[in-house]
Amino acid sequence: MASGNQEAAMAYWKENVRLLITLLIIWFAVSFGLGILLAPVLNNIAIAGYPLGFWFAQQGAIYAFIVIIFTYVFKMNALDRKYDVHEE
Amino acid sequence: MDLTLTTYLIVGATFVLYIGIAIWAKAGSTGEFYVAGKGVNPIANGMATAADWMSAASFISMAGLIAFLGYDASVYLMGWTGGYVLLALLLAPYLRKFGKFTVPEFIGDRFYSKPARVIAVIALIVASVTYVIGQMKGIGVAFSRFLETSYEVGLFAGMGIVFFYAVIGGMKGITYTQIAQYCVMIFAYTIPAVFISLAITGNPLPQLGLGSTVMDGGYVLETLDNILVDLGFSQYTMMKGTTLNMFFLTMSLMIGTAGLPHVIVRFFTVPRVRDARLSAGWALVFIAILYTTAPAVGAMSFYNLINTVQPGEIGAEEGNLAYENVPNWFSRWEETGLLGFDDKNNDGRIQYYNDGNEAFADTAAEYGWNGNELTVDRDIMVMANPEIAQLPNWVIALTVAGGLAAALSTAAGLLMAISSAVSHDLIKGVINPGISERGELRAARIAMAGAILVAGYLGLNPPGFAAQVVALAFGLAASSLFPVLMLGIFSRRMNSAGAIAGMLSGLSFTLIYVFVYKGWFFVPGTNMLPDTPEYWLMGIGPQSIGAVGAIINVVIATLVSRATAPPPADIQELVESIRVPRAS
Repeated sequence: MASGNQEAAMAYWKENVRLLITLLIIWFAVSFGLGILLAPVLNNIAIAGYPLGFWFAQQGAIYAFIVIIFTYVFKMNALDRKYDVHEE
Repeated sequence: MDLTLTTYLIVGATFVLYIGIAIWAKAGSTGEFYVAGKGVNPIANGMATAADWMSAASFISMAGLIAFLGYDASVYLMGWTGGYVLLALLLAPYLRKFGKFTVPEFIGDRFYSKPARVIAVIALIVASVTYVIGQMKGIGVAFSRFLETSYEVGLFAGMGIVFFYAVIGGMKGITYTQIAQYCVMIFAYTIPAVFISLAITGNPLPQLGLGSTVMDGGYVLETLDNILVDLGFSQYTMMKGTTLNMFFLTMSLMIGTAGLPHVIVRFFTVPRVRDARLSAGWALVFIAILYTTAPAVGAMSFYNLINTVQPGEIGAEEGNLAYENVPNWFSRWEETGLLGFDDKNNDGRIQYYNDGNEAFADTAAEYGWNGNELTVDRDIMVMANPEIAQLPNWVIALTVAGGLAAALSTAAGLLMAISSAVSHDLIKGVINPGISERGELRAARIAMAGAILVAGYLGLNPPGFAAQVVALAFGLAASSLFPVLMLGIFSRRMNSAGAIAGMLSGLSFTLIYVFVYKGWFFVPGTNMLPDTPEYWLMGIGPQSIGAVGAIINVVIATLVSRATAPPPADIQELVESIRVPRAS
């Protein structure tokens, strides 16, 4: 493999890992953060009839997970094209 | 039309559909048998994954679990969905790029080691077999309760149908029946949910209904909190367990979900790497439709049940329902034993309250109550819903078909994982590598038939420890398979010694921790410590220990691999190649 290719492959992987870490921090924050650790505090705030911590634990975290995966799909497709490693 | 006849017709129609698909989707090669020829559309695979994943427990038991645990049941909601983020981001696209047939095959190739592959096969089989017993029981119970057959006849009918489409069609047949099963299941779940939400809150969307007001004023959750406190329970929306145990249980369920082979292998069936990523997103969308509805079903049917037995003021005599006035559904479910009434204070009325709460005992005595008189099986929250909401018979029948679809689709996915591990990893991979394509396809069909018979046998003679072992399936997947799969992709330096040491230490730590509290090999009475929170290590229960096992696996694997020689150059190249989508 040519050294230019190898450098591009490393840069692609670095960007990929950075994206993963960002998304996993959000994943952790919405579920373990807002849904468990901060839930007792957030429950003092109610949106419609939902105590907020309870809402995150039983609804919000799940919606956030979906957004996280589709963000990942979208960003990775862009990254694949940027580094010209996408599939036809 | 008579309910039993309607149920027969609807369940029969779904079975005819599954058989029709099986005949259409016959597998002609090992590629079709193991991974549906890698030609499944990503949205279709998302649906199949959702059906594969959501078991009889998700469909029948989860809403009831939420009803009785309230906020604490969030661990299951988050744990069984959050795992898909790990799967989509950390495993699915890379394993798809690897492009072979099974999970142990990746472990064997990546760690250039047959022992590693065999350990992975053992972890896979233990996790999947324990899981499949529950599905078989679910099928037998659904038949015997609703179709007036015996448990055995129901089980044989279920085995027969799975036999037909799994042996003929392999993964191809299973995939397309799972898509049909998802549709049956999601209609069966959401229709009664919409009606119960409309009836209680006037809002047709259960997800919004749970945040709305009940007909006579207050918010659903607030009203439920208040009634439960007045009956001596703790608030519905409040945490009852400890934060630490909830944290680790959620983490274990998430990592376990991402590490379960029957789910991972679904992402081998799509054409491209980008499809594997997209497919995981769709899978979670289809799962979330049920998982965000379940909290509403749980809370509202629980509210309904309490309101039925406690229609008036708490404490006043006429506040409790007289037994002679119970609605029809109450009597019908009493016959099945899922609802029970025992008039302890002989007043002819039903009292439902928390008689285990000592602080509430005086109040109860003042009311003239002499112990809780109503026993409720949690499965009733889903199965009795259509009747409580007074929906027509066909909706009740659809719920039965939905429960069966949930059990059959998960059972088929698990059996597929088990049989391909036997035929592809053990027979082709270790015992007889020279086997021909035709020979392997025949072996795969025989392994599938064998797996169905074993599962059926265990369904007929369920070991007493079956329920506890299901929790173990997640612990095993979390502590053995997920960490080495992830390390195999993200650490180029990870070698076979590290992976084997990691898997064995994660696995044995988790098993020993579970055995200490649940008994050695689940033999009753052999546990060394009582299975109660005060004896748990730092308050972490045996169900929650998988995440700790996963951490141990990663640490040991990393240390051992650093102390031993790096993997050969061709393996490092393999890692490079699975990291980029395009084939070079």
